[in-house]
Amino acid sequence: MSNKVLEINNLLMQFGGLKAVNDVSLDVHKSEITALIGPNGAGKTTFFNCLTGVYTPTSGDINIIPPGKKPIRANGKKPNKVTELGLARTFQNIRLFQEMTVLENVMIGRHAVTKANIFNAIINGKSTREEEQKIIHDSYEILKKLDLHTFSNEFASNLPYGAQRLLEIARALATEPFLLLLDEPAAGMNPQETISLIGTIEKLKAEHDLSILLIEHDMHLVMNLSDRCYVMDYGKLIAKGTPNAIANNPVVIKAYLGEDF
Amino acid sequence: MMNRVEILKKSAINAVIGILLTFPITVIKVNTIDQEITWRWYMMGLVGAVVLIISFFWIRQQERQNSGSTFKFNESKLGLKYHSIMSKPGVTKSVLGSAVLLIVLIPFITTPYTTSIITSALIYIILGLGLNIVVGLGGLLNLGYAAFFGVGAYTYAILNMNFGVGFWLALPLGGIASALFGAIVGLPVLRLKGDYLAIVTLGFGEMTRIFTENSDKLTRGASGIANIPKPTFFGHAFGYFGSTRYIYLIAVALVIIIIFIVWRMENSRVGRSWVAMREDDIACESMGIDLTQSKMTLFIISSAIAGVAGVLFAAKNTFINPQSFTVWESIMILCIVVLGGKGSVRGVILGALILILLPEYLRAFQQYRMLIFGFLLIVMMVFRPGGIIQNVRKIYKIEGEPTNE
Amino acid sequence: MDVGYFLKLLLSGLTRGSIYALIALGYTMVYGIIKLINFAHGELYMLGAFTGLIVASLMSYSGINPVLSLIVATIIAIIYSSAYGVAIEKIAYKPLRKSQRLSALISAIGVSMFLQNFVLLFQTSDFLSFPNLIPTFKFLKPVENYLSSAQVLIYICTALFLIGFTILVKFTKTGKAMRATSQDSKMAQLLGISINKVISFTFLIGSAAAAIGGVLISSQVGQINFYIGFIVGIKAFVAAVLGGIGSLAGAVLGSFVLGLVESFGTGYISSNYEDLFAFVVLIVILTFKPAGLLGKSEKQKV
Ligand SMILES: Nc1ncnc2c1ncn2[C@@H]1O[C@H](COP(=O)(O)OP(=O)(O)OP(=O)(O)O)[C@@H](O)[C@H]1O
Ligand SMILES: [Mg+2]
Repeated sequence: MSNKVLEINNLLMQFGGLKAVNDVSLDVHKSEITALIGPNGAGKTTFFNCLTGVYTPTSGDINIIPPGKKPIRANGKKPNKVTELGLARTFQNIRLFQEMTVLENVMIGRHAVTKANIFNAIINGKSTREEEQKIIHDSYEILKKLDLHTFSNEFASNLPYGAQRLLEIARALATEPFLLLLDEPAAGMNPQETISLIGTIEKLKAEHDLSILLIEHDMHLVMNLSDRCYVMDYGKLIAKGTPNAIANNPVVIKAYLGEDF
Repeated sequence: MMNRVEILKKSAINAVIGILLTFPITVIKVNTIDQEITWRWYMMGLVGAVVLIISFFWIRQQERQNSGSTFKFNESKLGLKYHSIMSKPGVTKSVLGSAVLLIVLIPFITTPYTTSIITSALIYIILGLGLNIVVGLGGLLNLGYAAFFGVGAYTYAILNMNFGVGFWLALPLGGIASALFGAIVGLPVLRLKGDYLAIVTLGFGEMTRIFTENSDKLTRGASGIANIPKPTFFGHAFGYFGSTRYIYLIAVALVIIIIFIVWRMENSRVGRSWVAMREDDIACESMGIDLTQSKMTLFIISSAIAGVAGVLFAAKNTFINPQSFTVWESIMILCIVVLGGKGSVRGVILGALILILLPEYLRAFQQYRMLIFGFLLIVMMVFRPGGIIQNVRKIYKIEGEPTNE
Repeated sequence: MDVGYFLKLLLSGLTRGSIYALIALGYTMVYGIIKLINFAHGELYMLGAFTGLIVASLMSYSGINPVLSLIVATIIAIIYSSAYGVAIEKIAYKPLRKSQRLSALISAIGVSMFLQNFVLLFQTSDFLSFPNLIPTFKFLKPVENYLSSAQVLIYICTALFLIGFTILVKFTKTGKAMRATSQDSKMAQLLGISINKVISFTFLIGSAAAAIGGVLISSQVGQINFYIGFIVGIKAFVAAVLGGIGSLAGAVLGSFVLGLVESFGTGYISSNYEDLFAFVVLIVILTFKPAGLLGKSEKQKV
């Protein structure tokens, strides 16, 4: 109980008649990687959107438990508040700030943990300048960790696809989360890139003491990374367990039938 | 890729279509009073020729852009040269210094007429800079900006008429009044997205104008307020020449101050978050940025700037009426921002100078100027939608790291 | 309460509503398909009115039967406005389909400026009087204080157009292609619908409706100038937004709501504020129903 960082009970998200997320309960444990898998349209991304405040769930409970603190009910909180609580996410359909530089994208991520307001900006006193320097410095350090620093001053839109996915992660990391939500981080990557991504995620997890909730289609990645695994289909949770148990679960195999799995 | 002959052929076809399409409007002229019809057949030749020429260059340009790698404009050679010169140490300072000197000298070496026109351009630069904060940086389309300009102008006019408030006190008051107005309008408006925001701001703008036109007691209605005093210098009033120069210098000072403020904001944590909001509001919110608060800040600051410009405008013209604050005025300011290059201070300055000075000095084309103007907007959007000066972002140098420029 | 006055305002509100509906449909269709506020749409109404005036004057000065003149003038106005509409799309909007929305909007503003000044330069900045071509319907004699022949004609034409339009959108292949495109243009393309054709057709129909409105209202009011399209265009757009932009039924509903509000507002409050009511209604409705009366408030997919 005490090592949970996220506890979700009976979450329901309805769009008109469609129950995109239907009675899903899920826990994320501290310092673990939890995977959420399921066929296309299963409701995984919608689930993320409910957690992060992009959608307000129809019913159910979302409890965020920052390490060493009391649980906070996050239903209906705005995305920026959720981020302030220590959740950060990446987007499946890459949503970078295309016409800003790579470094700036990460600098935006530092927003949540810095303070200067508009008056500070105009006066530009010592502490403001120092904070700005620190934002630049910290952002650059994060880029280095993901090996993106050579692109610092490029527009985000000019990055290759795989690098854009990494930048999404860098940007999320910049908000200093304790729980990182990754929505299909390996989508569109070639096998080599995927392998290197596995290493990167493990490294980041260790260095930043992260817990991770991961949506992924790539089973190789899920098997390698995840400690526990949840499976969704048509909005419902159909299985949970260790990756190996899931891979041999007949219900799961049936749900995926027709997919190259 | 089409060759010239093919382009010419296509253009000829377009010319014929153009003649047919414009036939009733250009050829037939009806005089409904004397019930007479004039047939201007020569118009067919004229229209044909104009369409042929424009079409030729249009298609050629399109072909060029399609064949080249169009996904990102490269800086022109001139632009690169500009950057390489400006980046030499000390150059920026001396260029800026001599520019400021030259600008300050203008009213003493040209006619009052020129000075007055340039002052107008300066007021539009202020307006452009203000609107640019909302549209260019924040990506929120405001089609009622002239109303905020009007609130500033009327604040000065009304306070002066009733309480004898002078220019220097009115300047901040106009800004504050306009900012308050911005906050009030902002409350219901900022929940809306994209096009809804555009039409509602347009609506608020028009409502303000209509209200001004109809409240005779407060604003003297459609006839406007006259005899607004020009600014004084520690109680000293100037003659005609003197005050033209004086207002010009005040305008220059305000432009410099506002550029400075905008520049500081742009390169700050808050300014960056505005650009992020423009680029992707959902991702922006997910980075911990409070969108409502950001939008409100943007709106209020830009309103305040418009208010200051309004006070200056009222003082310069000594007469204001609601006709100076119509939708077209708002659109004009929007065009300054878009033409120059959204989000860029240099672009706004360039845009204002082009839009205000060019028509003044193209008296020969007076009749055609709005026509040409509309056409230029289309051409600009089709061939260079980012504006004259493309979006450039700050290059950050990281200490102890090699940069890749 | 004066019932006669009320009735009169009601009927004139319906007239306004009809004209707004004819124009608002064009706005909402274009918006539904390419997500562009066609700022220049009002100018097509103005061009329709001018073309109609020119043709009608030509014919009536040479002594041709007024009813025939009106019909021919309307048809030619429709043809010309549609041609302008399609041409504008090809020149000023098509190249911008992939750019930012703001760019296309600015381009539309450019078109609007261009067309207004085009007519101003080649015709005149003065008001021109529209020949009086609408016949006096004898059966309206008893109610002529409340209802003019022109109004009846406007109701009839609008009703006919709306019926024809509904049939077109609901039952024909083109109409189905239009609806499909407006729901999901990528999907429609995959299903083999030619987007270009659909868009051209949308502009064609929208402009035709605007032209009908232009000729009808001009022959009722009796005079036009180059600027008439702008204000009416903005109000029709307000009507479309009121109804929920993108929704065809919403555009019609919004138009009648707006027409009635304006008519009663000017009648009972003050005619000085004629142009104010539209925006007040707009803001009130959007505050409570941010997607308009019939618009669906869809959550953006993330
Ligand atoms: N804003 C929305 N409005 C209406 N329906 C939505 C919305 N967002 C998602 N849906 C629907 O919810 C269902 C689940 O979609 P979701 O994107 O969550 O699936 P997913 O599991 O992430 O699939 P994929 O693997 O393809 O990413 C789909 O049927 C989708 O159409
Ligand atoms: Mg998904």
